[in-house]
Amino acid sequence: MAQIFHPSTNTLSKVSIFGGVFFVFGALWLASEINRSSYVTQAGVVRAQPVAFGHKHHVAGLGIDCRYCHTSVEEAAFAGIPSTKTCMTCHSQIWTEAPMLEPVRAAFREDASIPWTRVHDLPDFAYFDHSIHLAKGIGCQSCHGQVDQMPLAWREHSLNMEWCLSCHREPEKYVRPPSEVFNMNYVPERPQSELGPELVRQLHIEGRTNCSACHR
Amino acid sequence: MSSAKPTGAAAGAPVIGPGHSLASVTDQISKIVLSRQTPTGWFIGLGVAMLGVGVLITAVGWLLWWGLGVWGINQPVGWGFAIINFVWWIGIGHAGTLISAILLLLKQEWRTSINRFAEAMTLFAVMCAGVFPLLHVGRPWLAYWLLPYPNTMGMWPQFRSPLLWDVFAVSTYATVSALFWYVGLIPDLATLRDRAKSLVWKRIYGALALGWRGAARHWERYETAYGLLAGLATPLVVSVHTVVSFDFAVSVIPGWHATIMPPYFVAGAIFSGFAMVLTLAIPIRRIFKLEDFITMKHLDNMAKVILATGMIVCYGYAMEAFFAWYSGSPYERYMIMNRMLGPYGWSYWALITCNLLVPQLLWSSAVRRNIAALFAIAIVVNVGMWLERFVIVVTSLHRDYLPSSWGMYYPTVWDWALYLGTIGLFFFLLFLFIRFLPMISIFEMRTLVPATGEELPKKGLHIAASGGSSGEARRP
Amino acid sequence: MSHTTPSAANDAPRTGPWRSLEERAARVAGSEFEHSHAHEHEHDQHAAPRPSNALLSSVEVARRDFLRLMGSSLAAAGAAACTRQPDERIHAYGASPEALIPGKPLYFATAMPWASGALGLLVESHMGRPTKVEGNPDHPASLGATDAFAQASVLELYDPTRAQLVRRNGAISTWSAFLDEFSALLEAQRASGGAGLHILTPTVVSPTLHAQLVALLKAYPSAVWTQWSAHNRDRARAGALAALGGDVAVHPDLSRTKVVLSLDDDFLAGPGGVRNMRAFAAARRARRDTQSMLRLYCVESSVSITGAAADHRLPARPSVLAAVAARIAAKVGVATNALPLAPEHERWADAVAADLLAHRGECAVLVGLEQSPEIHALAHAVNHALGAVGQTLRYTEPVECASVDQGAELRALVGELQGGRVELLVVLEGNPVYDAPADLGLREAFTKARVRVALSLFDNETTQLSNWHVPATHFLESWSDARAFDGTISIVQPLIAPLYGGKSAHELVAVMAGAPNAKAYELVRAHWQAQHEDDDFESAWKRSLHDGLLAGKRFFARSVAMANAAPKLSTPAAEGLEWVLRTDDSAYDGRFAANAWLQECPRPLTKLTWDNAVLIGVATAERAGLSSGDVVALTIDGSRLEAPVWVTPGHAEDCLTLPLGYGRTTAGPIGTGVGFDAYVFTRRSGAWSGVGAKLERLERKHEFAPAQEHHDMERRDLVRTLPLGALDSAKVHPALAHGETSLYPPHAYNGVAFGMVIDLNSCIGCNACVIACQSENSIPVVGKEEVINGREMHWLRIDRYYEGDPSDPRVLLQPVPCMHCEAAPCEVVCPVGATTHSPEGLNEMTYNRCVGTRYCSNNCPYKVRRFNFLAYADLETESLKLQRNPDVTVRTRGVMEKCTYCVQRIQEKRIGARREGREVGGDEIVTACQQVCPAQAITFGDINNPQSAVSKLRSEPHHYGLLEELNTKPRTTYLAKASAPNPQLAEGKGEAK
Repeated sequence: MAQIFHPSTNTLSKVSIFGGVFFVFGALWLASEINRSSYVTQAGVVRAQPVAFGHKHHVAGLGIDCRYCHTSVEEAAFAGIPSTKTCMTCHSQIWTEAPMLEPVRAAFREDASIPWTRVHDLPDFAYFDHSIHLAKGIGCQSCHGQVDQMPLAWREHSLNMEWCLSCHREPEKYVRPPSEVFNMNYVPERPQSELGPELVRQLHIEGRTNCSACHR
Repeated sequence: MSSAKPTGAAAGAPVIGPGHSLASVTDQISKIVLSRQTPTGWFIGLGVAMLGVGVLITAVGWLLWWGLGVWGINQPVGWGFAIINFVWWIGIGHAGTLISAILLLLKQEWRTSINRFAEAMTLFAVMCAGVFPLLHVGRPWLAYWLLPYPNTMGMWPQFRSPLLWDVFAVSTYATVSALFWYVGLIPDLATLRDRAKSLVWKRIYGALALGWRGAARHWERYETAYGLLAGLATPLVVSVHTVVSFDFAVSVIPGWHATIMPPYFVAGAIFSGFAMVLTLAIPIRRIFKLEDFITMKHLDNMAKVILATGMIVCYGYAMEAFFAWYSGSPYERYMIMNRMLGPYGWSYWALITCNLLVPQLLWSSAVRRNIAALFAIAIVVNVGMWLERFVIVVTSLHRDYLPSSWGMYYPTVWDWALYLGTIGLFFFLLFLFIRFLPMISIFEMRTLVPATGEELPKKGLHIAASGGSSGEARRP
Repeated sequence: MSHTTPSAANDAPRTGPWRSLEERAARVAGSEFEHSHAHEHEHDQHAAPRPSNALLSSVEVARRDFLRLMGSSLAAAGAAACTRQPDERIHAYGASPEALIPGKPLYFATAMPWASGALGLLVESHMGRPTKVEGNPDHPASLGATDAFAQASVLELYDPTRAQLVRRNGAISTWSAFLDEFSALLEAQRASGGAGLHILTPTVVSPTLHAQLVALLKAYPSAVWTQWSAHNRDRARAGALAALGGDVAVHPDLSRTKVVLSLDDDFLAGPGGVRNMRAFAAARRARRDTQSMLRLYCVESSVSITGAAADHRLPARPSVLAAVAARIAAKVGVATNALPLAPEHERWADAVAADLLAHRGECAVLVGLEQSPEIHALAHAVNHALGAVGQTLRYTEPVECASVDQGAELRALVGELQGGRVELLVVLEGNPVYDAPADLGLREAFTKARVRVALSLFDNETTQLSNWHVPATHFLESWSDARAFDGTISIVQPLIAPLYGGKSAHELVAVMAGAPNAKAYELVRAHWQAQHEDDDFESAWKRSLHDGLLAGKRFFARSVAMANAAPKLSTPAAEGLEWVLRTDDSAYDGRFAANAWLQECPRPLTKLTWDNAVLIGVATAERAGLSSGDVVALTIDGSRLEAPVWVTPGHAEDCLTLPLGYGRTTAGPIGTGVGFDAYVFTRRSGAWSGVGAKLERLERKHEFAPAQEHHDMERRDLVRTLPLGALDSAKVHPALAHGETSLYPPHAYNGVAFGMVIDLNSCIGCNACVIACQSENSIPVVGKEEVINGREMHWLRIDRYYEGDPSDPRVLLQPVPCMHCEAAPCEVVCPVGATTHSPEGLNEMTYNRCVGTRYCSNNCPYKVRRFNFLAYADLETESLKLQRNPDVTVRTRGVMEKCTYCVQRIQEKRIGARREGREVGGDEIVTACQQVCPAQAITFGDINNPQSAVSKLRSEPHHYGLLEELNTKPRTTYLAKASAPNPQLAEGKGEAK
């Protein structure tokens, strides 16, 4: 009886049987990697803005406090985006002719609004509250990164739920004295391992991980 | 339920018709697959089944487009046809595993001629069952959240939920059944490879046969694997439907929350499973002239199993009623009264008729040897077992604790379409199976030939002949 | 809200063997609902409403289907793991408005005008969009609570079907075009002093508008101003004039009252009922040591929540009611004629009279607006005889600015119209063509006016017949003022600029007065500035805007004496059935027929939705061989109407109730064609009841959509009733003896632990909480078909059970929100952990995690969970987006939802407290249902805090948990109903079971 298969088929079949397993797990691994990649999370991706606003220049350069523009950060969920008027308080005096600032002036003239692109954009079913995080000693920098070193703002972290939980499950690793929350270059004067737990006690930090803490 | 099994089956009358030689067995079974001219009946059957598949696709499309609202489910009846059919199909699947695994380990020779398509039936039934749990969720595209996998949400599924147990139980069951069925097929695939005329078919069967040459080493490994799988599958027969029954038993709903559920579900599963095997076996042996292989002996034994498991199921019904009364809980008592006399009372009494009264006929050997009667009873039992799930799911939910929330459940055409669709899918697969694969295990049938006194030409077969026993011996 | 345009899903009929006799067969869901997308830009204050046509063209529907498909395929992409978010914009302010903190709501005081007086409101505003209405605690009519109508008014504001354009004979026109023609017409009138000019308004309670009209009538001396509201005070007015010689309004002071007799006065319902409910509930609050509580007797022909709340209720058709009233009057020493009365009714009347006499000066007799002037007059006499006047009753001038006989005025107007003497008819809101007495022939006469101008919020029957339709402003988007029942003046201030450039009545009248550019704000402000005595008006104005009312503006109590002897009552020879007309609990007089929230809100006693029905007593129905849903041909005084009946336990026999406000022919996609129009039976006499109704059964069935189909408690211990004074006599369920029997370890609640107690003795079943919950939590409406399918979405429902004799049963009401069980059956069965337990004991529902197995709902003994079987939430109609609460996630198709104890309110307060480094106070958090409840029946707070109101209630002897024998350990618990019946009548109903 004639051969219906070439001898090599034996090897092929063996490889395919075992290869299949690796292929499946490989595919799953790939999917999870893609899902955490900056392509999906957009972490570290500089966002184009209608006006090339540089946090680095304004914060590190001019030493303007976060709250000068993000006025409601200590009292509300939403940190607040400066009104055109806020920009113009300075820029009606300096750089009044700078072409770069024309969109701001235009908006001010027409009392239109500047459509900024959100850099830190949570899904609408996640309710984040800036005020409580500041009150409980989580610094701006802990989530937003070294904003004072960002020419154009980008998202420092993935903002994935697992990232939120990493702190909510172990707040002692990230908490700092409430006085230091706006400090971009904060370094704990004592090792975090002992300072952290102490602050967690002092500030009654719960590190809530129940669903309704963020989802309503 | 092994206690309920007619142990005398292996002894007594032969389980293969007289005058068969090794060659005739092989010829007769393999020619069904290899013969050029396909019986027109097969085409007609497949066509009808394909219509069913069309209905299935339409129903699924419509469902995904509009959402679950196209079904009859509501508040308070959150589960309807989807769960009823899921449980029904899973139940039907059981006979396959039982016949192939447990009867194998119990050396019930008579199983040989029916195990192959019983296993196939299991496989297809589980496929049909699998359609429902996926589609009955509100957002099927997120159903994968039931699987425990490392995700960016940093969350695990909720391991206390019976639905999660279902995922594991059913998927394991499906996998093992598939392996078991396929491993069992290998020697026959090889036979087909050798007997196929065209090169294409030789190649196809050859690939599927994984290079089986019937060598001693092959047989030796085959038996080990088959025995191990049989050992693996046996607990599954019990576990799967036990877990499925937890979906109900773990809840707080009167009519669901009962400890009787697991045994009663398993028995019910075998009950319906064997009924389905009969429903399929009777026409097939007629159409493909397999009376010699699927003998009266087989039908008789299966009828006995049906009778036995049927009695267990009815014991379950009795216990439900007793508990309801004995518990003294007004909710339980109302539940059983509502089942019998409420708006869905007709379904309860229909169920009692199908599962308790009609099967009693099987006490008479005359009925058991009357093919037509057997077929009719098998159909009735299938209907009865579907009704059982309907009664459990719907009549328990539609009137639970607060009368203010009581309601009714009316299935829509889309509920029916999906149900009929899965039946179509089942037969579609079955038709393909009986056309392209040997529906009866050729080599195992050949081992039965010596019973009619003919010496064995081939060595491999000799080992195969003792395969069952050696598998048995190795069982841990 | 849902615009139920049929879709392909309708084609699937529900047939087959599943029907049973007791339940009517249902048909499959078919409504084309609006669909979800999960985005609500709460920071986008530029979300200007785009006019959106709710009447979907087929194209529109197709587009939606496409979007829906896109939606699910996007979700499928999500399954493929790559959920990359699209870019989102933040629109920064040009200049930040002061006091506004993005994401934080502001509250403004305003008022909702009613013919019966304004209801003071505080309205929550998110980034300039009013989203939720609350009561104004400083306002005497509100006292911090509201009714269901006020709650639903915010939906009315955003209704996409509102009139949006000036129309001339139906064609689109412009405001300026209108001004040109209108001023020309007025110019023509000026010569004749306005002889052909007629102005038709609803009852005016706005002093500014009144002043404007008076001034206008000076300019046009021959012009005529007519007031017409269907549910007017004409008969009460006539009664007062007859008895006291002057028109006065009666205000009960329930806090000083021990016994109240209501002669078919539904004084606990509607906008006027809000304050009454508060006082009534307070006077009946049953606690451990309470010895007595206010006793309410109620004689009524129909069924009402007031009747349901009564200790002793006598169902009596109008003729019997009159006889009972006469006998009671006679018994308390008022000289009047006796009328034939059945012995058992005599017994009842005598017992009541005795009780009234026993409480001289501490009792009151109240009469419904619908009753005849004679009964009103008689009641005045009785109240005088019982020394109630000045003690439990206050007489003041009526709330309307100009008290007139509206019926007579309207008759006069129609006469003018028929005489063809009306040149220019200006209808300032209201819908007279729909709700005028049928035999007046206003509909026909209306078009005899040469030019007809209608100012209206919606396209309605009146605008249909008008030459000009000017879109009106909603009270939440325009300046005005209004008197409350007691004369308190509220400034109606807008929460948002007119969405569709509507005009207010003030502005239109100003146009007529020759000031086309006058703004309502200046008009109102000027009016009060003129009346302001001391110089500093500015601060007074500011304060009144802030408080929502002008300080020190109240009616003085009028001291009145009986001018005439009590009238003689007469009962017409009753042949055939008697009948009564009533305003509807949802549609009111038709004004709210187009409001989806109210339409889907189960009527308090019938539990019907999306319908009105001819209510008929049990025995009467039996005699006529009628069952609920049977369509009958109803003939009264020559008018014929085909309508379905609803057999109503407790309804007076030989009597029919015909709810008004339905059968609208022009009420948008929601209201048009819903129910039947009972106005065909209204007569120029203004009678709200009569005799000689003939029923003829037609071989036809109407399919109702009741939210509750089973009305018997099946002897289950669900709504407890205990005798007052023995509130601790409840027996503990044996199952509870076992104590803790759970497989899983109990939760530890170390910090705060939230719980709710609902006082069943206070709850009147007014439905305010149901709509408040819907408004607060953006709960979608599902439409009639889906209610029939048993898929209504209300998170908070009010269960209604009947107990005892079906012809006169006790009505038991029980609000049922989520129980937030400590051992929640739903939590353990969810395979994905979408419903979980919070450290405070909240049973959390996480929509975005839910895959929709519905196992939780099956396993919930209270069946409080609600599932989005279809895409119910409308996320395309722009104007509806504005209404949604930005602090609540909008739920998509295939997701479970339920009461969350208003977790968004909890979070707001809790975060606020913890920011200050303290834990939230025991009573600090207020849920939507609690805040709105006029009866203060709902209490929420920290049960771990012994000082909190809720923990105090939990220690009451009559405190119990629903189905607590299941060991679910519910956090929502109840206080049993207390009963203190009149011993003389006790063996009837009303005592503890």
